[in-house]
Amino acid sequence: MEEKVITCRNLTKQFGNFYAVNNISFDVYRGEIFGFLGANGAGKTTAMRILCGLSFPSSGEASVAGFDVYRQQELIKQHIGYMSQKFSLYENLTVLENIEFFGGAYGISRKEINKRSEELVRKLGLQREAKKLVGELPLGWKQKLAFSVAIFHQPKIVFLDEPTGGVDPVTRRQFWDMIYEAAAAGITIFVTTHYMDEAEYCNRVTIMVDGKIEALDSPANLKKQFAANTVEDVFYKLARGAKRENSG
Amino acid sequence: MIQSLSIINRQLSIKCENITKTYNKGELLAVDDVSFAVEKGELFGLIGPDGAGKTSIFRILTTVLLADKGTATVAGFDVVDDYRAIRNRVGYMPGKFSLYQDLTIKENLEFFATVFGTTIEENYELIKDIYDQIKPFNNRRAGKLSGGMKQKLALCCALIHKPEVLLLDEPTTGVDVVSRKEFWDMLKKLKQQGITILVSTPYMDEANLCERIALIQNGKILSVDTPQNIIKAFPVSLYAAKADNIYKLLTDFRKSDFVASAYASGEYMHLTLKEDKPDSIRMLTQYAAQHGHSDAEIKKITPGIEDSFIRLMQQPN
Repeated sequence: MEEKVITCRNLTKQFGNFYAVNNISFDVYRGEIFGFLGANGAGKTTAMRILCGLSFPSSGEASVAGFDVYRQQELIKQHIGYMSQKFSLYENLTVLENIEFFGGAYGISRKEINKRSEELVRKLGLQREAKKLVGELPLGWKQKLAFSVAIFHQPKIVFLDEPTGGVDPVTRRQFWDMIYEAAAAGITIFVTTHYMDEAEYCNRVTIMVDGKIEALDSPANLKKQFAANTVEDVFYKLARGAKRENSG
Repeated sequence: MIQSLSIINRQLSIKCENITKTYNKGELLAVDDVSFAVEKGELFGLIGPDGAGKTSIFRILTTVLLADKGTATVAGFDVVDDYRAIRNRVGYMPGKFSLYQDLTIKENLEFFATVFGTTIEENYELIKDIYDQIKPFNNRRAGKLSGGMKQKLALCCALIHKPEVLLLDEPTTGVDVVSRKEFWDMLKKLKQQGITILVSTPYMDEANLCERIALIQNGKILSVDTPQNIIKAFPVSLYAAKADNIYKLLTDFRKSDFVASAYASGEYMHLTLKEDKPDSIRMLTQYAAQHGHSDAEIKKITPGIEDSFIRLMQQPN
């Protein structure tokens, strides 16, 4: 039996009469790369906030890394990593200071931080930049560093919110190499993206439309099910009917 | 000679010659000796990642930023000497949403119409198709609109004075596939009305929707041509491969001594070889089988713009 790191049953988040997340259910397994797709306004961000322990659901059940989203938000936060395109690192701290800060925030000992940050800097080839401000690094390096920092405390699961937005095609692929490597080491990857080719790299993909999960399967099975050539076509077929984006 | 030049100039809507722009007292080179021209009525794409210099070029062309070196004209006017004339003739949609969040859809449109000395009604035909989609929410504040609706409103505002040239800086960034498709359909219709469009995007797949494109990286133009010609210029054979364990297949191929480059590309991975032979597919299939990928599927394919971009990026200049 595969280990489940996220379980979600009839999860719902309501704002007044508006169902941002409407009765969604799914499981995510250990070491899986799980793509979380959806049109703008489909409810992805709301669902992710609940799973990261930042927002309470209105009803339904969910657990992340074995912890309950109602009662154990702080424990969830300690056992997950999070990275987004918009904010991840402190631009006016150096590479090493960022690692130290996040390592410390997650309660890793100074000795361990020193040891591992040296390894990390070497692995990323950032030896010469280690004492430079993160703000001075090119975007691609920042994103690779941000990902490494997000998994520095060896979380069970890492949430990546559009991690590769605006990144050049070569760096984007290097980024995915890092994702594969982390997944092979047993870290579960929960990722959102607007690049549909990246959806093909996931083990399984969900597509959310108007607060509901309209599809959930491997890219190959989704293409079969919807008689489509690419995940992009599947997405287009499902999301074209979305009501929310057009009605605001 | 001078006469023929002026004829050429009239047919060009945008011309950049050796534009260079630095920031931080010359420390940061944002735009590096960039030259390209956009013909009248053309749909031209500036394709490249964040930090490539796209926004600096837009700001120079819209006369809100001065280049360190080089010259540029828009609609036949110089960006330095005739900046006022340019401002009346271009429509600009910046990458960051820049309308008034506290004004409603209708108020934003009226504001921009007034600034340009016109009315919503005067060029209504131009914006009708787009405006109709957001009109039901006329009294909603711009800040409360969804991403796709903001994008449509910003486009309407950029069109309100019937510009000759439309400058769109990453209009589809962060927007889902469905809205992106709709947006490009709108651009096609605007092009049919004779408006010149310069549009930038980090999404390589959108390159094929432009008539000509410039691929740009680190402030430098890698190539300017039609998407078809850029793909045709790909100098070697490109192979696509897939297997059950595609990540292992990728790392296995990278270890081989005959593979020049191997990278993921959607469902498949793409490969180029150090030396291409007629039986390359057989050789690749054999190698894959030896490494436990008996299910590997390998075929020769036509490259895409992204393949060309990756190759051009990695070429030493």
